[in-house]
Amino acid sequence: MKQLTKLSITLLTAGTLGLYVPAATAQTDEEKGLAIAVEADQRDQGFVDSTANMKMILRNRSGKESIRNVRVKTLEVTGDGDKSLSIFDEPADVKGTASLTWSHSQKPDEQWLYLPALKRVKRISSKNKSGPFMGSEFAFEDIGSQEIDKYTYKYLRDEALDGTDTFVLERFPTDKNSGYTKQIAWIEKERYIAHKVEYYDRKGALLKTLSASGFEQFLDKHWRPTQMDMLNHQSGKSTTLMFENYAFKTGLSDKDFAKNALKKLR
Amino acid sequence: MLRSYMEWLIKFRWIAILITLVVIGALASGGRFLSFTSDYQVFFGETNPQLAAFNDLQDTYSKNDNVLIMLEPADGKVFNQDTLQAVVSLTEMAWQTPYSSRVDSLSNFQYTYAEEDDLIVEDLIEDAANLDQPALDKLQEIALAQPLLVNRLLSPSAHVTGINITFELPNLDAANEAIEVVTFLDGALEQIKQDHPDIRAYKTGVVVMNKAFPEASFKDMSTLIPAAFGIILLGFLIFTRSVWGTLGSLIVMIMSIMAAMGTAGWMGIVLTPPSASAPTLILTLAVADCVHFLVTFFQGLRSGSDKYTAIKESVRVNFNPIFLTSLTTAIGFLSMNFSDSPPFHDLGTITAIGVIYAFFLSIFFLPALMAVLPVKMATRSGSAKSSMDGLANFVIKYNKPLLISIGILIVGLVALIPKNELNDVFVNYFDKSIQFRADTDHISENLTGMYFVDYSLDGKDPSGINQPDYIAQLEMFEKWLQQQPEVKHVNALSETYRRLNKNMHADDSSYYRIPEEQELAAQYLLMYEMSLPFGLDLNNQINVDKSASRLTATLETLSSKQVFNFESRVQNWMTDNTPDLITEGSSPTIMFSHIAKRNIISMLTGTTLALILISGILMVSLRSVKFGILSLVPNLVPAGMAFGAWALFVGQVGLAVSVVAAMTLGIVVDDTIHFLSKYLRARRERGMNTEDAIRYAFNTVGVALFITTVILTAGFMIIAQSTFLVNANMGLLTAITICIALFVDFLFLPPLLMLVDRDKSEDIDTSAELVPG
Repeated sequence: MKQLTKLSITLLTAGTLGLYVPAATAQTDEEKGLAIAVEADQRDQGFVDSTANMKMILRNRSGKESIRNVRVKTLEVTGDGDKSLSIFDEPADVKGTASLTWSHSQKPDEQWLYLPALKRVKRISSKNKSGPFMGSEFAFEDIGSQEIDKYTYKYLRDEALDGTDTFVLERFPTDKNSGYTKQIAWIEKERYIAHKVEYYDRKGALLKTLSASGFEQFLDKHWRPTQMDMLNHQSGKSTTLMFENYAFKTGLSDKDFAKNALKKLR
Repeated sequence: MLRSYMEWLIKFRWIAILITLVVIGALASGGRFLSFTSDYQVFFGETNPQLAAFNDLQDTYSKNDNVLIMLEPADGKVFNQDTLQAVVSLTEMAWQTPYSSRVDSLSNFQYTYAEEDDLIVEDLIEDAANLDQPALDKLQEIALAQPLLVNRLLSPSAHVTGINITFELPNLDAANEAIEVVTFLDGALEQIKQDHPDIRAYKTGVVVMNKAFPEASFKDMSTLIPAAFGIILLGFLIFTRSVWGTLGSLIVMIMSIMAAMGTAGWMGIVLTPPSASAPTLILTLAVADCVHFLVTFFQGLRSGSDKYTAIKESVRVNFNPIFLTSLTTAIGFLSMNFSDSPPFHDLGTITAIGVIYAFFLSIFFLPALMAVLPVKMATRSGSAKSSMDGLANFVIKYNKPLLISIGILIVGLVALIPKNELNDVFVNYFDKSIQFRADTDHISENLTGMYFVDYSLDGKDPSGINQPDYIAQLEMFEKWLQQQPEVKHVNALSETYRRLNKNMHADDSSYYRIPEEQELAAQYLLMYEMSLPFGLDLNNQINVDKSASRLTATLETLSSKQVFNFESRVQNWMTDNTPDLITEGSSPTIMFSHIAKRNIISMLTGTTLALILISGILMVSLRSVKFGILSLVPNLVPAGMAFGAWALFVGQVGLAVSVVAAMTLGIVVDDTIHFLSKYLRARRERGMNTEDAIRYAFNTVGVALFITTVILTAGFMIIAQSTFLVNANMGLLTAITICIALFVDFLFLPPLLMLVDRDKSEDIDTSAELVPG
């Protein structure tokens, strides 16, 4: 079964979203881009596990809003992609629905969904992770675990973004089912966190811009945004994600991220 | 005043010509800002309620400007390797189309099925090159069982298939976006044609229609304008027998058009097919001014005057009539600004400006030009005077029978006006020489309709679309719509729920029904949404808080009357059966269906105002309230009779016809002005009795009226050849109206004068003549 994709709602890693960057020496732009990504990844290693509450605010072109609430848990996996769990609290009719994602750096991600109304765990078999997450402007691939191997990189330039010194990188998805041809990320030089990402669609046109803000540091090491805003330039729709109650090293284990654990979630 | 102006003009004729060239050049230089629109929405004013409703719906869901490409394999089989490979590669290419946001095709149709506890969501067709016959048969069986595909992207006999591309056009550069899209797709289709020579491609959709507007405008401008120039110049040459006069008129016409179009450019007007017919209108109307000036000028030359004297005399005699007729014509055209449809504002404004320029040119530039050109005329005794006597005597002799018989004809034709049916088919705005029309007809016959109506069905509360009651009513509506004869396809969320319910129960077909609990529905949808790829999500069908969903009914090509009928049937059915969901449908189809009616109502105000203004001008210029009121008959009756005749021979009126009354008013009034002013001059100045004054009027302006009518009719008959039906009908009806106007002026007005103005010359103020001529 070559089912790939899976939404990994690793919101946590979403925080990392980007890359953290190493000061690179004389090398090609591709090498420098990769080096920045690797450094960013390494800087966030060792968080073990984390939990947070995420509120999604969806807006359509005329400004009408809708809110969804999700709890997210992530388990760091050394040597492979992270595992993540999303438990839906709102809207009420999907309360208790939970998705489990095992992201992988080499092979396709795996994903299961527990539907309380059906009392069954269903595996989602789809190559696609490029569609909108819960109707929002975020695709799974935007908020899923950002494994190094999922992109190739190219350093573009240094740039001051609203007074912050950043590296500007291009990254190109390696998955042919990605919704994007490329992304451009602005990575802060000091902390190696992504402040802004532009997403370019299949025809190379600017589709969306993500802005991350309100970064907080946890365990004296891990930086996480408290707010992420995604604007779709083509449809005029936007989505804001707000994160609360970040917690790290909460004692989660593989058991909590097993397929049969989904039914027992509260 | 006029005399010293003429002295100056003759003396400084070179300076006058120079000034004209500079001013006209400056005005015309605005032409570089002109562009052709490619957005059908320009036909709707900002306050148009149907436009507002549709834009509101598009803001809630997504825009649905689209291009539908139909592939027709020569062997009539969609499910063979060649055709499917073409579908796959065209789908890939379609994603590259500028501004595209979604591509739906047979190959990327998200086929869902169950495999134990897995929900498989995948493209229906992936590796078309490696499909053997059993696999192709299996695919055909699966595809023909998909309600979302059949009659939308696949014909029931699987002989043609469609690829639908949805766009988010930014509408920043309305003139070019549609062209960019269609140019790109034409390139892609060229590629398909090379790789798959046995497959023919056709395209329709809103964006293709948008692109057809500049195409039609351009075609009209490049064929009709030269034709109008050719015919009118030829006629001019025959009537005046003067090469120099014809050349002078040609220059006046060209300068009027260039200056008016340049002014439109300075004003930032974007051309539409209606306003693209302005040059032909200006050309036609400018001729009349030149005719009046030159005819008098040549008469002077023939009777032995020297050139300068003849020029001065002609300007003296023609200044007021040309001024008045230009003014009334401009008022008639300006009243088109009351139209509900902005392209007609532009047409009216540009033409009015052109008419004003033509006035200035014919009393300033043309005399100066004639003064420098070596114009010669052989002197000739006698005149064509007697030529109209026969007609005058006939009319006078049979005045009572004419009055009665034409009176009956008028009443009869006017009584027929209500027989005209409001009936527009907007696809048929374009004639079959426009690719869009031909392709749309073919696609409509083989695959699906270009018309659609969207319904935003409100579930009241957030997540309301997951409630069993809502889904049940949605399904009822969906199924009822499918039974309607004009409906080709219905796309409703209820089908997605049924399919997912089946998939979630191991593809057990007994579960192919809507889920019975809200939680089930909500969780199915959540899972499904998580499985969909980029661009194929449900956001175009569901609003953000899931309180409403969009149902799209695809219809065959309908007339506005049929659309009204469909609409009211839907409303009645919903009131009786799904009262919670009741809503108005919304779409370009609905917008175009209402536009003619809205336009006629809005033009009533404009026409009335123009009529009041023009009648007022007539009263002042004729110095008579009585004749001002009497003039209403020859001014209004022609349009009334023309509409009656239209009811008799055509019977269907649309957008085009709504502006004709106002437009023709300004033109036909010219005949009335000329005829009545001559008649009154004879009565007042020369103390003639009614009969003699009628003969005098016939003899002084009869020929000129006949000539200008022939020229105007020729001009409008050329517009009637437009590839754009709105223009064609407008041209034809205007030509009919103008001919009827001459008929009324010659055969009905004189008997009418004999009835109401019979030898009571003491009533008439004989002291002055306002309109010389």
